[in-house]
Amino acid sequence: MTKIKVEKQRTEQKISFHNVKEKLQIPYAVLCELTHRCPLSCPYCSNPVELEMKSREIDTETWKKALSEAVKIGILQAHFSGGEPTSRKDLEELVQHASSIGLYTNLITSGVLINEERLKKLYDAGLDHVQVSFQDTDPENSNRIAGYKGHEKKLHTAKLIRKVGLPLTVNAVMHRQNLHNLKSMIDMAVELDAERLEVAQVQYYGWALKNQTAFLPTREQLDTATEIVEEARIRLKGVLAIDYVVPDYYARKPKSCMGGWGRQFLNISPAGKVLPCHAAESLDFLNFDNIKDNSLSWIWEHSESFNRFRGTSWMPEPCQSCDRKEIDWGGCRCQAFALTGDQNATDPTCELSPYRHVLDEPLANVGKEDIPDFIYRKIKVQRNIN
Amino acid sequence: MTILLTLIEENVPKLPRHAKLRFDEARKKWIINAPERVFELDEIAGEVMQLVNGKSSISVIIDVLVKKFKGAPRDIIAKDVLAMLQPLADKGFIIL
Repeated sequence: MTKIKVEKQRTEQKISFHNVKEKLQIPYAVLCELTHRCPLSCPYCSNPVELEMKSREIDTETWKKALSEAVKIGILQAHFSGGEPTSRKDLEELVQHASSIGLYTNLITSGVLINEERLKKLYDAGLDHVQVSFQDTDPENSNRIAGYKGHEKKLHTAKLIRKVGLPLTVNAVMHRQNLHNLKSMIDMAVELDAERLEVAQVQYYGWALKNQTAFLPTREQLDTATEIVEEARIRLKGVLAIDYVVPDYYARKPKSCMGGWGRQFLNISPAGKVLPCHAAESLDFLNFDNIKDNSLSWIWEHSESFNRFRGTSWMPEPCQSCDRKEIDWGGCRCQAFALTGDQNATDPTCELSPYRHVLDEPLANVGKEDIPDFIYRKIKVQRNIN
Repeated sequence: MTILLTLIEENVPKLPRHAKLRFDEARKKWIINAPERVFELDEIAGEVMQLVNGKSSISVIIDVLVKKFKGAPRDIIAKDVLAMLQPLADKGFIIL
C-alpha cells in the first residue's frame, strides 16, 4: 500500500559519502489509520479482521501529539488512511497540524464521503496529495467488489480533486475478477488526469486470505497484465507513472515489505497502537505499544514489536546466509505467518523456502475451480444475548 | 499532466505545489517531499534547490553559486546545475 521511494539526488561533483551502517534507521513515513469505519466492505481490505469500534478511537489531541513526535524522529510524510479517513470530522484539523509542522500530507480515500467544499478545506489546510481507490472500471463489478454503490461518486470525486488543484493517484487493487479491465483502468487514470496509477496486488492475510480463491489470478491473466503495463509505461512516459509489481504467488523472490521491518515506516491504528506495518496485528503473538502510553521516539527504538523482526539476526536459514537478506529483509512477515503458522519462516514467496508449496498448491488449481462468493469485510456486531 | 522539457539557462524553474523542499533536522539534509517519494539532496543539490524560487533564472542561480564557491569555473558549475535539475524536470518535479 504505502511505499516510499527514496531517491538520493547527487550532483556530478560527488561529495564523499560514508555509508555508515546504522542499527536504527530514521523513518520516512507514518500511516495514520484514523478509523476503521468505512462504507465500503472490500473483501481484500488490509484492516485487521478484528476491527476497532468508534468508541476506541483516539482523539484529536492524541493524533496531534503523535504527528508532532513523528516530525521529531525524522518522519517526512504522513498518510491519512482508514477505514475511510473522511469519516473523521477532525481530518482537516489534523492535516492542518501535520502540514504546519512540515509533514508532507497524503489522503488515502475511497472518495465516497467527500464533496467539493470539504476538498477545498483540505486544500487550504495544506493537503499535498490524494489517492483514490477504484475497485474496477466496470461500474457494476466495481460496486459488487466494494459491496457498496459508489463507483460514480468516486469518478466525480477524482474530477473534483483535480479541479481543486490537488495531484491524484489512482489506486487499483487488481485480481482475478478485474484484471481483464486493466487497459481501461490505465485509460481511466489518464482521463482523470492522475499523475500516478498504483496497480496493487492482493496480499493474502486477514480478509484477503478468506477470499483467496476468489482473487488469485491465472498465469495468463498475469502475463497479459504485465505486457499491458510495459506497453503503457513507454506510451505514457511523462503523462502517467504506473507502479506495478508481480504478485508474490507468481514471483520467485520475496519483496522487501515496507522497506524492511522497522526501517522506514510506522503505522498508528485507530486505537493508537503503533505498528511496524498496517497488517501487523495479524501477528497476534506480538505486543504493541500505544501512543497514549509512550512517545513515538521510545516506541520506534524500544518497542518489542519493532525489534522483533528488525535487521537480520532473527532470520532462519536459508535467509541467514543469503546475499539478498538486506534486499528483501525477510519479505512479508504477515503473509509468511498467515500461510505457514511459523513467525520466523522464510517468506514462502522465495523459491528457496521449504514452504513454497503453500503458494504453489492454490496456484495449481487457479482457473479450475468455480469462483466462490466474497466474504465481505465487516465490523463484528456486539450482541447482548440475555 | 507533465510535459517533457529540456532545461536551458534562460528558464525560470520552480517546484510544483505538490513537491516541497525543506531542511530535515534529523538527517541534517535538504529534502524534497513528493507523492510517495522523497528526494534526499546532497550538499550541492541542496544549495541549488534553495535558489529555485520561481523568480530566478537558471543563469542567475549559476551566478550566485559562482560567487559563493569562489574559484570554481562558471562553465563547470553551469553544467552541474543543469545536470542536477534535468532529472527532476524529467519526473515533473521541476516546472517552469
